[in-house]
Amino acid sequence: MLTTSSRTNPFWPRTMAGQRTVIGYIFISPFILGFLFWFLAPALTAVWLTFQEWNLLSPPKYVGVENLQYLINDDLFWQSLKVTTTYTLAYVPLNLVLGFVLALLLNTKVRGIALFRTIYYIPSIVPAVANAVLWAWIFNTEFGLLNAGLHTLGMEKIKWLQRPEWALPALILMALWGFGGSMVIYLAGLQGIPESFYEAAELDGAGRWAKLRYITIPLMSPVIFFNLIIGIIGSFQVFTPARLITSGGPQNATLVYVLYLYRTSFENLKMGYAAALAWVLFIIIALLTIFVFRYLGDRVYYEDVR
Amino acid sequence: MSTLQQATATKPVVSAQSRGRTLGANFGFLSVILLVLVIGSIAMLFPFAWMVVSSLKSQEKVFVFPPEWIPNPIVWHNYVEALIYKPFYLYIFNTLIIVALNEVAILLSSSFVGYGFARINFPGRDFWFTLVLATLMVPFFALMVPQFIIFTRLGWIDTFLPLTFPYFFGGGAFNIFLFRQFFRSLPEELADAGRIDGCSDFGIYWRIMMPLCKPALATVAVFTFLNGWNDFLGPLLYLRSDSNFTVSIGLATFRSIMNTRWDLLMAASTAMVLPIIVLFFFSQRYFIQGIVLSGLKG
Repeated sequence: MLTTSSRTNPFWPRTMAGQRTVIGYIFISPFILGFLFWFLAPALTAVWLTFQEWNLLSPPKYVGVENLQYLINDDLFWQSLKVTTTYTLAYVPLNLVLGFVLALLLNTKVRGIALFRTIYYIPSIVPAVANAVLWAWIFNTEFGLLNAGLHTLGMEKIKWLQRPEWALPALILMALWGFGGSMVIYLAGLQGIPESFYEAAELDGAGRWAKLRYITIPLMSPVIFFNLIIGIIGSFQVFTPARLITSGGPQNATLVYVLYLYRTSFENLKMGYAAALAWVLFIIIALLTIFVFRYLGDRVYYEDVR
Repeated sequence: MSTLQQATATKPVVSAQSRGRTLGANFGFLSVILLVLVIGSIAMLFPFAWMVVSSLKSQEKVFVFPPEWIPNPIVWHNYVEALIYKPFYLYIFNTLIIVALNEVAILLSSSFVGYGFARINFPGRDFWFTLVLATLMVPFFALMVPQFIIFTRLGWIDTFLPLTFPYFFGGGAFNIFLFRQFFRSLPEELADAGRIDGCSDFGIYWRIMMPLCKPALATVAVFTFLNGWNDFLGPLLYLRSDSNFTVSIGLATFRSIMNTRWDLLMAASTAMVLPIIVLFFFSQRYFIQGIVLSGLKG
């Protein structure tokens, strides 16, 4: 088909390299168009929007940097930033460590290992809404599973979702139920480590701890690094449980950043201010990613021979 | 397929028989691991058990404290009641339509783009591929508001278009990446053979490479289903009328109506979780392959 067009079509490049270029761009053209429509256009819209006051109903009004100034004095903005930061600082390290330890345990030759892997992994693919409804019932003060457990241990019931000091830990606990998601990523990495490395270490008299410390952890550092970045990006965007279980309450104790962003835009219809909030989110995540790359990226061990 | 076998085979960190250690010490070590795993599994299964048990209880038995673990009587009817109170059959139908469209869009367009990145050399390729990876890092919420405005302008609110149409354009950075990795692992000789027989690059992609990439297609198909079935925010933003709702939105609405009918809520939740668990059991190896393919092995 293309050979005929090269004879008849004057626009078809004559050189081999030119043809490859055209063909290459035809192949990636869906992505380029998608990038223009769903990334670049929204990004430019967001720039414009940041300087407007607009409730979608009446025409937009130019307000200069008012939206950005408003951020500084907005208590809810700071509160949501605090909630999300707390959530991230607790969830990401716990998820990282628990997932790694579990992957080590699940990488042994224990009887029934396939079943164990399945059991630990499945909670991470439970649909978010079903998960939220289930955990709302687990956290129920009077009849919930968690307080039934505490009751069995002879402890007092806790008002998980009604007390500001318990609501966020409750959501973190719920998220940690899905730590099998990071586990499988570690597991795939662990299985890529050649057995010969361990055998060589054993010949040198290395014990379990030495092998973990000097072989497994260095070789796994790219995977740990990957999980760290994915974890940060993910936990800054936690939405469903905060909306469906606690609605951001009590007393804004679970008002995570993106829930505030959602409310600003789709409940209070402050599109300009929401765009400003979105930029802050984008910048925070970008800075964190760069920071993690700069300060941890060097310490990550990559195999140089492929 | 060697990667798959490698991924599914068990390779212990600690080899079965460490030098200088007795078999007994190793046996003890594995027993401790087994014990930890068993206790952990029970903890992981508790929420599921709680969900299913609650879904089978009568309205009064749900509010018994401490809770009973064997529902008496067993009320299967909860499922019928929960699923007909709101038209869940319609929500399931809507979700399946969205998922089917996304499958077509993503499987065709991300494999097409991925092939270009993997197999054709052209100036600017690295730049565009870096851009693909960069879009992976952009948080969805950062572009949520302007995207919503664009879709409003297009008049697409309360249609399936915002949830499906964009996927025809590359099908998402992650999927492009996955297909690129897979195509790169196929031998170039196949393409050469096709070229000698007069096959164009599009022919090579469609007739030679695509049939060989069934494992990648299956992996992407499975994750597309998972994402479509689980998605909450997309339908929340774009679907308005009850007749367009997906299962996620249906369940969320059901929760706001049935505030304290935990028996029915758990029945509906179980019904939403079940297809995902069934899917997992039928396609386990593709879940693992998705992780292996996603570049952790270079």
